[in-house]
Amino acid sequence: MKKLESTLPNMFIVLTLIALISAAALGATYGVTEPILAEQARQRRIQAVSEVVPAFDNQPTDEAITPPDNPSVQLFPARRAGEAVGAAVQISTGAGYGGTIELMVGFGSDGTVTGLSVLRHQETPGLGARITQEGFRSQFVGQAPADELQIDGITAATISSQAVIAAVERAWQILESTGGIR
Amino acid sequence: MEYLIIIISAVLVNNIVLSQFLGICPFLGVSSRVSTAVGMGAAVIFVMTLATIATWLIQHLILVPLGLAFLQTVAFILVIAGLVQLVEIVLKKVSPALYQALGVFLPLITTNCAILGVAILVVGREYNLAQGVVFAIGSSLGFLLALYIFAGIREKMDLVDIPRAMRGAPISLVTAGLLALAFGGFAGLV
Amino acid sequence: MSSVTLTREFTKGFLRENPVFVLLLGMCPTLGVTSSAINGLGMGLATTAVLLGSNIVIAVVKDLIPDKVRIPAFIVIIASFVTIIDLTMAAFLPPLHEQLGLFIPLIVVNCIILGRAEAFASRNTLVASAVDGLGMGLGFAFALTLLGAIREFLGAGAIFGLPVPFLFDNPILIFIMPPGAFIALGFLIAVVNTLREKAGA
Repeated sequence: MKKLESTLPNMFIVLTLIALISAAALGATYGVTEPILAEQARQRRIQAVSEVVPAFDNQPTDEAITPPDNPSVQLFPARRAGEAVGAAVQISTGAGYGGTIELMVGFGSDGTVTGLSVLRHQETPGLGARITQEGFRSQFVGQAPADELQIDGITAATISSQAVIAAVERAWQILESTGGIR
Repeated sequence: MEYLIIIISAVLVNNIVLSQFLGICPFLGVSSRVSTAVGMGAAVIFVMTLATIATWLIQHLILVPLGLAFLQTVAFILVIAGLVQLVEIVLKKVSPALYQALGVFLPLITTNCAILGVAILVVGREYNLAQGVVFAIGSSLGFLLALYIFAGIREKMDLVDIPRAMRGAPISLVTAGLLALAFGGFAGLV
Repeated sequence: MSSVTLTREFTKGFLRENPVFVLLLGMCPTLGVTSSAINGLGMGLATTAVLLGSNIVIAVVKDLIPDKVRIPAFIVIIASFVTIIDLTMAAFLPPLHEQLGLFIPLIVVNCIILGRAEAFASRNTLVASAVDGLGMGLGFAFALTLLGAIREFLGAGAIFGLPVPFLFDNPILIFIMPPGAFIALGFLIAVVNTLREKAGA
């Protein structure tokens, strides 16, 4: 086959065709993967909420509240038999060492932390990344941010540890200021 | 204050080359002389800032409203490639002196992953336009700084007797590693 | 093309023309994602998939693309494959996708891919281009996995996530941090250079 000449119409037609075909192929791929991605995100959220708050029987992710003055934060109230047993707060902090850390913090009705999970982070592997380990996270459980939190930071990862501690305290303040656990 | 933090973080703490690993090809490729390093760095500052503005506008005025965010990669790379061409043509006409200084570096910039990387980071971190521009300037200043220091070290190394196996790329990479280690000292600055 | 030359096209990517060790291409992902062997392998295979796809398509349509718009046409084709891989990985391999993060869309500007499109696929037959893409891609994956394994072994005391006695409790952390990436790759290239020189002599 002879090579197509580089005339203006030829170039225009070819590039437009390629762009159209590519957009169609990507649209199709997106159509297939989008529902899977959305479902994954939902499952991950439900999973993360149920890991940090006491057992509940409502649908916290469907009752999520976004505080008007903190649009990046989400509150998930947990109820059992209609009674508030706690709430999960999804919060992110830019104070990490490697970038943003996204947390899910659970609080019981007595104002103590019932659980903490790290949803996303970019901390240094082996150092700051240890904020995801049980040994660090479990220290928070049972403490009330209303008093001072007593947490042993991770050796050589002070910034990451401090970022998480500050975020947990902020999560409580936001929860309080939007009416606490109801 | 907020902008200052973004700049310091981008230049020193999370240096785009030494800790984010973006733009390594030009970092290793055009760093044998300080003068060329400065030229390349200046071209990157120019293009990265323009590219960030252009891609931010495309993302927020076209892709997101139309629900086409999945076309991001294709759209961004095309915008950047087109922008580099445009800058080249405009510079040639408007400022031959500047074109002389930066011209040879421009074609190399399209495949500089730092440009596309920063454009994607700005969108991913949900920066507004002003924050995005500041971040782009900071990142490209960080690129210039790393490239300048590295080229300075390499000029000195011309005279050093290096073991045969380590000559060329290996010693450059190890030097870059030590430089990255030094930049590690900025950790915790912000 | 005879099967002998095809084999040669396939194997050249591993050592003789290895994109990382010899051609020094694709340095950003090489340094950026190799904090563990599995990440290196994942990135290598994702790049292989894009390279294979774009090489095949470009070899098929090369005569339909006018010379002057060759580069933008190639870039659109490559970027489309990258997006397809990006979305597919996000849907089916979410943990790996999260680890590789920014470096997946950046496959688009990996010089290896546009380089192979321009230097090989736009002048060769479909079969040869596919073999070239597969060989170069797997050579890239091999280099990333090797570097990832070395860094993981030294820096985290593990091989593919399996802990190594003693080293696991006393890892040399610097190797999984950014400076360690540069240093480990520098020494690895020195070793490869020495081996190639010996083999060539």
